[in-house]
Amino acid sequence: MREIIKLDGIKRDFIVGDEIVHALRGVSFTVGEGEFVTIMGKSGSGKSTLLNILGCLDTASQGDYFLDGVSVRDMDKNQRAILRNRKIGFVFQNYNLLPKTTAIENVELPLMYNNKYTRDQRYARSVEALKAVGLGDRLEHKSNQMSGGQMQRVAIARALVNDPAMILADEATGNLDTRTSFEILVLFQKLHAEGRTIIFVTHNPDLEKYSTRTITLRDGKVISDESNKNVLDAADALSRLPVEND
Amino acid sequence: MNFGNLFRIALKALSNNKFRGFLTMLGIIIGVGSVITMLAIGQGSKRSIQAEISEMGSNMIMISPGGDRRGGVRLSADDMQTLKVKDFEDIVEKCSYVSLASPTVNASGQCVYGSNNTPTSVYGVNLDYLEIRNYKVEDGDTFSEQDIKTAAKVCLIGKTVVENLFTNGENPVGKVIRFGSIPLKIVGVLESKGNNSMGMDQDDLLIAPYTTVMKRIQAVTYLQGITCSALSEDYTDQAIDQITKVLRENHKLKDGDSDNFEIRSQQELASMMTSTSDLMSTLLAAVAAISLIVGGIGIMNIMYVSVTERTKEIGLRMSIGARGMDILAQFLIEATLLSVMGGIIGVIVGVGASFVVKALLAYPIHIQPWSIILSFAVCTFIGIFFGWYPARKASNLDPIEALRYE
Ligand SMILES: Nc1ncnc2c1ncn2[C@@H]1O[C@H](COP(=O)(O)OP(=O)(O)OP(=O)(O)O)[C@@H](O)[C@H]1O
Ligand SMILES: [Mg+2]
Repeated sequence: MREIIKLDGIKRDFIVGDEIVHALRGVSFTVGEGEFVTIMGKSGSGKSTLLNILGCLDTASQGDYFLDGVSVRDMDKNQRAILRNRKIGFVFQNYNLLPKTTAIENVELPLMYNNKYTRDQRYARSVEALKAVGLGDRLEHKSNQMSGGQMQRVAIARALVNDPAMILADEATGNLDTRTSFEILVLFQKLHAEGRTIIFVTHNPDLEKYSTRTITLRDGKVISDESNKNVLDAADALSRLPVEND
Repeated sequence: MNFGNLFRIALKALSNNKFRGFLTMLGIIIGVGSVITMLAIGQGSKRSIQAEISEMGSNMIMISPGGDRRGGVRLSADDMQTLKVKDFEDIVEKCSYVSLASPTVNASGQCVYGSNNTPTSVYGVNLDYLEIRNYKVEDGDTFSEQDIKTAAKVCLIGKTVVENLFTNGENPVGKVIRFGSIPLKIVGVLESKGNNSMGMDQDDLLIAPYTTVMKRIQAVTYLQGITCSALSEDYTDQAIDQITKVLRENHKLKDGDSDNFEIRSQQELASMMTSTSDLMSTLLAAVAAISLIVGGIGIMNIMYVSVTERTKEIGLRMSIGARGMDILAQFLIEATLLSVMGGIIGVIVGVGASFVVKALLAYPIHIQPWSIILSFAVCTFIGIFFGWYPARKASNLDPIEALRYE
């Protein structure tokens, strides 16, 4: 199995006033291609900090990080930006769609910063990505004309569109109700089944059973790293959820 | 970096905020518009002055009594009476570089015909004067040399005086009007010359033999001035030298004495007038340029606010792979688009306003292509210059900090 992520003694310190906050205190693990990893832990345990480093939005104070075999430590801002553009798809808790902008335009955005794609290719790929998340019929809907679940689907399509090495999701279901959360989870499982590498941060213990591996953080350290032998089917769970009538 | 994509991104961002974009452009629109209008007015008046001067003949020389007027000292009556008919006659006789010469004596007064009357001036001159000042007789004839010799009570009449006195459309030629108490027979009507650049009506006058004005109207023995014309523009200086020599001799001035007369050439007057109008254009343009800069600061202001307001958007763009320079370029393109669009609208407004000024105020305007190109270039530069700082600020944002910004 090809190694997508290799972390070696990652530390991240924040200086707040005269105090140093040790958000990560030496995190090491590897993630192979096609894994679906859930990162768990209490609030403040360092999950977001870790994910930001994985997503090349932030850099470690110490330690090495290899993404797809390339060391990220010595990269400058621009190289990291290119890496984010080509290798990483980010999904945020609050969707982060551009306001007053249609679904298709939002999804096209990462490709706008990549010269490789022509206008037609960009459009075709974005339509494909939106179809993959089940929004093939919502191309021209603006971000403020969609529900939370739909917005998160657009965000996932945007993360998918550049065919990244991995998809990073930070509390991607945090703002959604149970039913919609499961719909999103179904989507992630589908993407996983297609062979994508997914890192999924959540503090909801119910969700870890749907991934292949769970890494738990506490106080900036990994306290457990277990693979899940019995992966549950999110679609199944969704069908058994009580249908809300009001 | 793909310019086309960045352009599209910037355009999209602008179209999401059309009204604000318009407000931002307003400063530039007013700036460019006023630069163009002001320059058009300045250039227009300069041109009309030049046209008038060339029509008058650039070889005109004007001699007036009294010496140096330094310090604005009021001249005594004596000083104003130094020019005599003899001076004029000697200039005609002795100055080979002078081709035409005419004495001038003016008088103002009330002019009466029938029950109509109007205030006007009578210019006492000879026939050369008509040629020097380019007055033409439209109807009737000029007076004759004989009329000058006999101080005949005849005159030529300007169009404005005709309108004021002959209200029922009579032909003025042959009629007798009174200037003050002196009856003058109209021998000819002057062709209209319109207003001069100072806005003075050049048709509001009578022209009579200088002898008539001197003897019958003013009862004086001196001249108010002598108007000459050099052989050509190139001989103006020689002509002035000859005139100076003749007049100093006639006035018996010793070597150390200063002139008790003043000679000014049309050239001098022309350069004085154009430099005045140049100064005016410069001042107008400066005021307009300031408004252009204020417009630029407006762009900076809005761009600055919008960088702060769109911090989250910038964070998102960076998180999906926009580099600092992509963000920089986007904001610069936005600023440039605003200023270029503002510039285009400003040009239209400026040209439009110039024509409105021309139509409503009958003010001469002349739009020079370079003023359009210049103000356009300046406003583009201003857009980039003032867009740079906020764009720079945006591009230096840290992706996570920007994403977290609320
Ligand atoms: N930019 C920052 N400056 C200072 N301290 C920070 C910063 N970001 C994170 N921290 C600190 O690092 C620690 C880990 O924060 P992090 O956001 O990674 O937690 P988390 O596990 O994502 O929590 P949650 O589940 O609430 O999202 C916290 O103590 C936090 O205060
Ligand atoms: Mg977090």
